[in-house]
Amino acid sequence: MENFQNLISETMLPDMMFYVFAALTLLFGVLVVANPFSRNPVTSAMFLVLTIISMAGLFVLLHAFFLAAVQVIVYAGAVMVLFLFVIMLLDLKEEQHRKIKMVAIIAGLLSVGTIVAIFLKSLHATNLNAHASPVTEGDTALLGKLLFSQYVLPFEVVSVLLLVAMVGVILLSKKNLK
Amino acid sequence: MDWNFIIFSVVKIAVVIGVVQGMVSYTVLAERKISAWIQDRTGPNRTTPPFVKDIPVIGPFLIRLGVFQPLADGLKFMFKEDFTPAGVRKIYFFLAPAIAVIPAMLTVAVIPFGSTLGAQKMVIADLNVGILYTFGIVSLGVYGIVLAGYAANSKFPFLGGIRSSAQMISYEISMGLSVIPVLLIVGNLNLGEIIRWQATNGWLIIYAPVAFIIFLVASFAETNRLPFDLPEAETELVGGYHTEYGSMKFALFFLGEYSNMVASAGMMVTLFFGGWTLPFWGLDHAAGTLASGIAHILIFLLKMGVFIVLFIWVRWMFPRFRYDQLMDLGWRRFLPLALVNILVTAIILWMRA
Repeated sequence: MENFQNLISETMLPDMMFYVFAALTLLFGVLVVANPFSRNPVTSAMFLVLTIISMAGLFVLLHAFFLAAVQVIVYAGAVMVLFLFVIMLLDLKEEQHRKIKMVAIIAGLLSVGTIVAIFLKSLHATNLNAHASPVTEGDTALLGKLLFSQYVLPFEVVSVLLLVAMVGVILLSKKNLK
Repeated sequence: MDWNFIIFSVVKIAVVIGVVQGMVSYTVLAERKISAWIQDRTGPNRTTPPFVKDIPVIGPFLIRLGVFQPLADGLKFMFKEDFTPAGVRKIYFFLAPAIAVIPAMLTVAVIPFGSTLGAQKMVIADLNVGILYTFGIVSLGVYGIVLAGYAANSKFPFLGGIRSSAQMISYEISMGLSVIPVLLIVGNLNLGEIIRWQATNGWLIIYAPVAFIIFLVASFAETNRLPFDLPEAETELVGGYHTEYGSMKFALFFLGEYSNMVASAGMMVTLFFGGWTLPFWGLDHAAGTLASGIAHILIFLLKMGVFIVLFIWVRWMFPRFRYDQLMDLGWRRFLPLALVNILVTAIILWMRA
């Protein structure tokens, strides 16, 4: 581990790796929505998996090993498998020949514009020369302590939200509840 | 840049991959031999490379044992015609076998297969989130099978792929939850630290037997082995997800399955059976000499061998589950059991503290 950390911190490697992973994330992200070679939804889903894995690489570069692992387990390993599961059971032929609607383009541009605006505003507010100090250093124990002390309220609220979603799904899937 | 580190890592990766491949091919032989003994047959006993027959006593013995069978199998798979059926989705058809093998190979990276050899730690990546890394990689293994089912563009492989994705997601949850008591007891996610804890306090199978049973059954389901090999159930789905595959591509799926088996045997040894340690003869602390370093590696391989034989033995002793039984077992038996196990372990640890 020590060797590994020396290797990351002492050389130019992290900078290089950041550009590689960031470029890959963007490239795969674009290929999810605008793949020039294929309009197959399964291909899009697979590129989304690759986007998620590249983002896990970015987390590793921030020394957030726990987040990186959880990102892969939850999103790439569980959520996207279920996505794929559903996509494969749908009628794909129709989807491939569908024309893109004007409303969808406008809605997409609007939401992207909003995100870019927020991004620029936060970029403007931060001091770019300040050194970011990693708070948790990928330490799982410390992360757990923070979650259950300082951030206990948001954590519990999110848990309740997930519970509500689960109950909702059960209600929707059971057609004749007595 | 630390060249020493890079060179040693490359050597370790090459050796580990070579050893795992060797273990995989001889696990296939062990599977054929053990199944033959269980069913009162002889199994492979006549593959003879040139000149081996002329070696007195040992030659015929090795031939009867079938030691050269994996070589012949490998050659056969390589030289068979690589046939691509009409109507398959080409890109996924070629990608799926690779995606099935790569995660299986990556899992072994964090397993400490020995203490030290000279100044080198006998683990490829000593990550402080070792277990989470393993679960992350294992959860990617399902894509190989799902894409194989999708790429084949025919009904049986497709059903196999769908079954497999549902099965693997279900059992991943039980598997992940079953390990949590171990983490609660040890208080560390690093696999090397878990082994060191076991060296001083005794093997974790004593502390968390229920966790081990859930982990064992879940790993049978994760590796698609009988009694849970529903994705390739011959009587219902012909060959399941690999029905349309032939030659080396077909072999790659088996390579993936057996590598998964080897990796989960390694995980079980590491998590519950003390890894490379033995509680006697002073073998429970990191090696000082070259000889004890090699002894640790051999101990680890031997323990893994026991679990690989267990995998094979179970396969030929138990009938296949029905699909609803599989889901019932996963969601309504093991999931609550794993949750109760976490709660009980946490309460006991809390009372003690």
